Amino acid sequence: MAEAPVVQVEQVSKKFCRRLRYSLWYGLTDLAAELTGSNGKDELQLRQAEFLAVDDVSFEIRPGECIGLIGHNGAGKSTLLKMLNGLIRPDKGRITMRGRVGALIELGAGFSPVLTGRENIYINGAVLGFSKQEIDAKFDEIVDFAELHDAIDAPVQTYSSGMYVRLGFAVAAQLNPDIFLIDEILAVGDVAFRMKCFKHLLDSKRAGKTIVVVSHNMIDINRVCDRVVVMERGRKIYDSDVSAGIATYEKVLSTRRHASDQRAADAAAWIDKVELFDAVGNRREDYQTGEDLVAEVTLAAKREVGNARLIVHVMNPSLGTLGSFASPHKGFAFDIEPPITALRFRMPKLPLLIGSYSLMVSLYGSGIKDFLHGMTDAATFKIIAPAVNTFGYGVCHTVNFEHDWELVNLQTETKLRVSQSR
Amino acid sequence: MSTAPKTIPISIYTPASQLTEPGRLFRGMLRDMVISRELAWRLLVRNISSRYRHTLFGYVWAFLPPIMTAGVFVFLQKAGYFTVGQTQVPYAVFVLAGLILWQAFADAVHAPLRLVQQSHAMLTKVNFPRESLILAGVGEVLFASLIRLVLLVLALFWFGVGVQWTAVWFPFGMLALIGMGIALGLLITPVAILYHDVGQALPFALYLWMFLTPVIYPAPTAWPGSLLVVLNPVSPVLDTTRDWLFSGSAQFLTGFFAVCGLTVLALLAGWLLYRLALPILIERMSA
Repeated sequence: MAEAPVVQVEQVSKKFCRRLRYSLWYGLTDLAAELTGSNGKDELQLRQAEFLAVDDVSFEIRPGECIGLIGHNGAGKSTLLKMLNGLIRPDKGRITMRGRVGALIELGAGFSPVLTGRENIYINGAVLGFSKQEIDAKFDEIVDFAELHDAIDAPVQTYSSGMYVRLGFAVAAQLNPDIFLIDEILAVGDVAFRMKCFKHLLDSKRAGKTIVVVSHNMIDINRVCDRVVVMERGRKIYDSDVSAGIATYEKVLSTRRHASDQRAADAAAWIDKVELFDAVGNRREDYQTGEDLVAEVTLAAKREVGNARLIVHVMNPSLGTLGSFASPHKGFAFDIEPPITALRFRMPKLPLLIGSYSLMVSLYGSGIKDFLHGMTDAATFKIIAPAVNTFGYGVCHTVNFEHDWELVNLQTETKLRVSQSR
Repeated sequence: MSTAPKTIPISIYTPASQLTEPGRLFRGMLRDMVISRELAWRLLVRNISSRYRHTLFGYVWAFLPPIMTAGVFVFLQKAGYFTVGQTQVPYAVFVLAGLILWQAFADAVHAPLRLVQQSHAMLTKVNFPRESLILAGVGEVLFASLIRLVLLVLALFWFGVGVQWTAVWFPFGMLALIGMGIALGLLITPVAILYHDVGQALPFALYLWMFLTPVIYPAPTAWPGSLLVVLNPVSPVLDTTRDWLFSGSAQFLTGFFAVCGLTVLALLAGWLLYRLALPILIERMSA
C-alpha cells in the first residue's frame, strides 16, 4: 500500500475581497454566520467585489516530497500556504495535514526591537513553540548558526537587516516538524548565509521531512524541489516535473506582460506573424539546448519598402533582453513587396539553458528613424532539456557558454610568459 | 517538540463553522490554554521590559498617572469646586484607591484589543496558541495593578490610615474587576478589529463611564443617584472592594456576587467568541 499523503488539498477555494468597505462588512457577516453555525453549509457564492484567490485547487504531497509552489504575485500561493498553516480556513473544500507543521514564513516573529538578541531568541522560540529548557539547550547552537557572537546582547534594532534575518532563521532552524512550510525566506541574507540555509533545508529533506516552498527564485526552486505546482489566477495550471514547470511559469509571466504591438501611423508594411520551426522544418515550441531554431517572418505591405531592416531581440521573462541582432549585421538586405513578403532566419545551436524565451521583432525601413512595426512576444519558445545543475556541478542559469578546461604546467608556461613580456 | 510523538497529529481544515463540532472546539480551547502559558509568560516579559527599556524614569511611569489624577481631584475637592459626601478615610486615600481599582478595570478592557492589534504581524504569519495573547494581557494588567498597589500602601502609611481585616478580600475584588474588564474586552475585540470606530470611542466611553461609577465619590444610596449602582455593573464591585479595605462592611454584597457570576459567564462567552472570530479576523487583517 502506498503511504498516505501528508498533505491533502481537496478542491479548495478561498474568496478574497480587495475593497476594504466590503471586506470589513463581509468579515462581520462571516462572523455572524460562524456564530449561528451556518458557515460552510451553503454553496460557495461570490458576493459583490469578491473573487477567488484560490480556485478549486487539489493536490497531494507524499511523505518526504519537496514541492515548490510557484506563480506570479497574487496567483494565490501565499493564501494557499496560509490555509495549509491553519491561519485562515478554506471557503470550500478540505485540507488535511498529517503531522506537525512548522512554518518558516515570518522570520523573527515576535521580536521586540528594543530588546537584545538574547532576549528575542527566547521570545521568538516561544512563539514557535519551544520551551525555555529547549532554547537553553540550543542557545549556543543558535548563536553559532546566526554568527552573532558579538552582537547577541545588543538590541536588535541596532542589527543590520542581514543580522536580523540570520537570527530569525537560526531560531527557526531548530524547528523539527514533519511538514515545513517556507515562504520566500531564502531570498534574504548574503550568499554565504543563503548557502547555509540551503544546506539546512537539504538536510531536512534528507531526514525525510515534507517541504512546501513558495519562491520567485527559480534557481532556488530548482535546487530543492522534486516537483512544482504552478498557480495562475488562483488555479493550479501545472503539477509535475520541476524544469518543465518552471518553463510553464515563465511562459505565464511572459503572457501576462502586456503584449504591446506598436505600429507607425499609416505604416507601409508590418509584421504579420512569426513562426518557429526546428532544423527539419517541424513547427515546434519546445527545444533542447544546442538545437537549431528557424524563424519564419511573414511581412504584409501596402506599398513597397526598399532596403528594410528586421531587428530581433531574444528575451527572457525574468531577465529581460538577453541579446539582439539586426538583419544588416550579416549583410542581409531585402525589400518588402506588397502584399506579402516572407523571410527566414536561423539561430543555430541555441546557447540557452532550461527556461522560457520569446522573440521581440521590430521592422524598420532603411533610415534609422523609419520605424514601421514592433511586436513583443512575436514568438515564444521553451528550452526543456537537458537538466541544469543548481549545486555547482554542471551548467546553470540562462546562457550556455562554450568553454573548455586544461591543467597549466606552471614551470614551462611561466618561463615562457616571462620571456615574452620582456 | 524534539522527540516525535507516537501518534501523528492530524489537522483538518474545512469551511464549516467550528461550532458544528463542539467537542473538537472545546478540546482545542483547553489544550491551547494549557500550552499557551510558556508563550504568554514570554510575551508578558517582552511587553513589560520593552515598554520601560527605552525610558529614563522606568517604572515611575506606572506610578505617575494615578498620582497625578488623584492629585487633581484632591485639589479640586479641597478648593471647593465640587463636594463629595463623607468618606471614612481622608479623601486623597479614598480617591487613590478608587482610581487604582478603576484603572485595573479600564486596563483590562483595553488589553485584549491592544494585544491582538500589537500582534498583527505574528497573527497573520504564525500559528501559535491564540490564548497566549489574552493570558499575556491579563498578566500586564496584574503587573500594573500590583505596582499601583505598592503606591496605595505607601499612601496608607503616609496618611496614617489603617485597613480593616476584610482587606484580605481585596485581591478577590480586584481580580473580579480585571475579570469583568477582560470579558468586556474580549466581547468587543472582534468588531473592534474590523471597525476601528470601537477603538476610537473606547477611551472616551471609559472616561465617561468612570464618572458614572463611584470612583471619585462614595456610592450614592438615594434615588436617583442609586441608579448608578443598580444599572452600572462596575459600581457594586468597585465599591465593595474599596469598602473591604476601609469600612469593613460592604453595602452591595449581593450585587457584587451577582456581577461576579455574570463575569464568569461573560469570560467564557468572550473566550469562545475570540476563538471563533480570530481566523475570520486574520483573513480581513491581511487583506
